[in-house]
Amino acid sequence: MSQPRTLSNQSWSAPEEEPIVQIRNVTKRFGDVYAVDDISLDIHRGEFFSLLGASGCGKTTLLRMLAGFETPTAGRIIIDGQDMTSVPPYNRPVNMMFQSYALFPHMTVAQNIAYGLKNEPLNRAERRERVTSMMSLVQIQKLADRKPHQLSGGQRQRVALARALAKQPKILLLDEPLGALDKKLREQTQFELVNIQERLGITFIVVTHDQEEAMTMSSRIALLHDGRAEQVDSPRRMYEFPSTLYAANFIGSVNLFSGHVISHEKDMALIGSEETGGELLVHHSQPLAQGMPVTVAIRPEKIRVTDTGSGGANQVTGEIKEIAYLGDVSIYHVDLPSGKRMQFTQSNVLALAEQPLTWGQEVSLTWNTHSCGVLTQ
Amino acid sequence: MRQFFTRSPLLVMMLLAGYAFLYLPIVSLIVYSFNESRLVTVWGGFSTKWYGELMSNGPLLDAAALSLKIAALNATLAVVLGTLAALALVRFRKARGHKSLGVMVAAPLVMPEIIIGLSLLLLFVALENLTGWPEGRGQTTILIAHATFSMAYVTVIVQSRLAHMDTSIEEAAMDLGARPLRVFFTVTLPMIAPALMAGWLLAFTLSMDDLVIASFVSGPGATTLPMVVYSSVRLGVSPQINALATIFIAVVSLAVLIASVILYRQEKARQ
Repeated sequence: MSQPRTLSNQSWSAPEEEPIVQIRNVTKRFGDVYAVDDISLDIHRGEFFSLLGASGCGKTTLLRMLAGFETPTAGRIIIDGQDMTSVPPYNRPVNMMFQSYALFPHMTVAQNIAYGLKNEPLNRAERRERVTSMMSLVQIQKLADRKPHQLSGGQRQRVALARALAKQPKILLLDEPLGALDKKLREQTQFELVNIQERLGITFIVVTHDQEEAMTMSSRIALLHDGRAEQVDSPRRMYEFPSTLYAANFIGSVNLFSGHVISHEKDMALIGSEETGGELLVHHSQPLAQGMPVTVAIRPEKIRVTDTGSGGANQVTGEIKEIAYLGDVSIYHVDLPSGKRMQFTQSNVLALAEQPLTWGQEVSLTWNTHSCGVLTQ
Repeated sequence: MRQFFTRSPLLVMMLLAGYAFLYLPIVSLIVYSFNESRLVTVWGGFSTKWYGELMSNGPLLDAAALSLKIAALNATLAVVLGTLAALALVRFRKARGHKSLGVMVAAPLVMPEIIIGLSLLLLFVALENLTGWPEGRGQTTILIAHATFSMAYVTVIVQSRLAHMDTSIEEAAMDLGARPLRVFFTVTLPMIAPALMAGWLLAFTLSMDDLVIASFVSGPGATTLPMVVYSSVRLGVSPQINALATIFIAVVSLAVLIASVILYRQEKARQ
């Protein structure tokens, strides 16, 4: 339990290395609408970087600006040390895998993959060699002579991936790469994408609206909201230490208690909340002031059931109103005396016909001071 | 199909009546083209002699050749111009003058043929007075006139095809390093090919059909087939015309059949 707040930000944040992608105050306006509003991001070599957000948050526009299909209204995009802000897509060291896959319907799989190699300084044998190695990378050797309409969704996705990788780009952009696949195939493909990325060492930038997908695959995630970057962090830090209310709500489920600061020391704060009817003791790392309105966030799985309360901090008592049995875990909804509804989960460790907690039961709940966070916005 | 026939005899009757209405005249024309008699409406026994006479009718054959030539040239010209117009209309929506181009390209679709013919005639005469070109009227002026209005039809066909095309396919080509011109020839063009072919065939038949506009803008020595047929019919219908029409129907049906088979195959390959 020592110092989880300094969880390593991992090696690519090494400040001496120049980021492969530098997005500098990029803004994109369509008429009066700000699709992307003053975003700055550094993406490092070899990262698996996700742009996560709800639809309309600007993630696809940002990706299209990286590919060169849109030009920023303001700001600069620097790729591998070169200003690429207004370079056309066909001159960028970047390739994209489209959400619709965008395969050429009149070409075979092999011709699709070879399309980008026509402009490369390769002879015929080298080109064929490259196409073959790409097909074996994504395991579609047998489909070389098929046309796109003869392929299943999963196979098309592989062809699109092979085609985008064939030119050996410095950066691969993926727009909802798994969006069109069914659930089973999606989970399987997630790991495969990560494997391919690690094997080739290419920087991947993925757009997704699926938080689970982003959590599974990414080294870092940028959570976008209304054209702005809400938080940029590793999946773990994003989940454990969301920096804003939106981030806390968007990723996973969370209990939020509003209150105000009663007193604070350098890393501990005592928060009074009418909603819990008591005091909350929280580890924190941001500047707070006495009396400041704040929100305390606590994840449902961090909550434990205790014997009837000792009345200390971080303890609430309420009545179980709803139980959702999901098999591996159960979700319990509890009404506090203040009327606030909160939820907690418990792993179903034992196979029992009757769970020990049932409707209408009074429970006392508690959590660790490290397990919750203070949000000021 | 079987369900359809067992369900409602009334429907079947209406279907047959519809077909009869559409095709009986054509069938009777074909039958009478094999008529022995000199009178078009009196059956005098089976014969192919009118086909033989047709083959030795010089002016008629010349006119047919001219019509075919103009129709083919017109179709090609209209496809090139119409495709360019459609590209401008679909791909450059933000360009200045986009709306007025759309209206102007569609104008020949609704304008009466007489007006098109007359206005083009006036234009050609004025141009000749001013610049000396075109020297008189003939094949060139017919071709220009036909291309002017058939281009509008091609534009409409290609435009709808382009509008339904997934633009990310072209973006993908560009992303893979292809410059816009290469994208057009290797990706866009193959994908809109069925529309181009349909447009070509339509422009071809429009030109073959046209009597009104051609009469305005043609000159001595440039008589198209519809003009010959029309003027000879005024002097009384010869069974030769029936024979000629039969040959045309055969050729056109064959062309349409081939075109629809190609279109069907491509459409199936796309799905």
